[in-house]
Amino acid sequence: MTASVTWDGPEGTVRPVVTAPATVLSTIGDEVDPADPAIVQLAADLVATMRVAPGCVGLAAPQVGVGAQIFAVDVTGHPKAATTHGTFVLCNAKVIEASRWKAGREGCMSVPDLTGDVKRAGRVVVSAMLPGSGETIEMTTDAFEARALQHEIDHCDGKLFLDRVAGAHAIYQRKVYL
Amino acid sequence: MHELAITVIGPDRTGIVADVAEALAGVGANLTDSTMTRLRGHFTMTLVCTGPTAEEASAALTSLTGLVTSVRSVEPEDEVKTGGEPYVVSVHGADRLGIVAAVTRVVAGAGGNITDLSTRLAGSLYVLLAEVDLPTGSADELAEQLAVAAAELGVEVTLRRAESEIL
Repeated sequence: MTASVTWDGPEGTVRPVVTAPATVLSTIGDEVDPADPAIVQLAADLVATMRVAPGCVGLAAPQVGVGAQIFAVDVTGHPKAATTHGTFVLCNAKVIEASRWKAGREGCMSVPDLTGDVKRAGRVVVSAMLPGSGETIEMTTDAFEARALQHEIDHCDGKLFLDRVAGAHAIYQRKVYL
Repeated sequence: MHELAITVIGPDRTGIVADVAEALAGVGANLTDSTMTRLRGHFTMTLVCTGPTAEEASAALTSLTGLVTSVRSVEPEDEVKTGGEPYVVSVHGADRLGIVAAVTRVVAGAGGNITDLSTRLAGSLYVLLAEVDLPTGSADELAEQLAVAAAELGVEVTLRRAESEIL
């Protein structure tokens, strides 16, 4: 637990979640100025929206219709999580190291009817900036938090899990609705 | 709106999917769900589309030489929400008569609904993979029943949760 990354910003407003097909989900997000008050408010809105969606462990700006490189994550308490950093928001995040690749079936709030088998790194180092302070950080994490980070960074890069599905027969109708 | 269920089978060659899709697009057919694979070298495709009548789609597909096609009109159906738990059944072992029949009968007996299935014979090795929706809480008992059936067949079976993580 690194206390400094934990989200400690203003209260946000819940925004509607965009689902595919929507152009914003397939568009590379703009880099953001993490000190911009509008970005801090967007960070707060992402956290607020993530918290009201049942089972939601991460939400990126394109999923609320904003083409920007910022996302919120919170995998606290998830059975597949090992390392966790609580609730946090990252801007302009990049994966700088990735290892321990492992296949897993994942779904997305923005693709509500499908899941797919996707290989993700089980350990990553991510470089990013914190909203508000603008501080540049490096976050090292693993297991489910690492998967969530890669999924959200993909959103900021205009990619869905559908762009990474392992093969023609590796997508499935989603059966369990949270 | 007509909904059509179409099958296409024939010796595999390059371009069959393009030929089928083009012929159907030519009569205004909008492909919805489809699946295609090769089964021991045979091209096999099943698809559902909307738009043309069965007669129009059949006529468009008859121009494709070397392929056996069937077109039938079906009633649109809602995706059945079973509310069950998704599992994967894997079976592998020496090929013999009746593996699929025995395993799937056990699954059906437990109320499991098979939603995807593939089997492959590779040399003498037989492999079955099935996606199954199981009634809540029935997995442990089914696993025991599958183990009994597998022992009788002399094959290995595993039943595991198809966990998906929603991000």
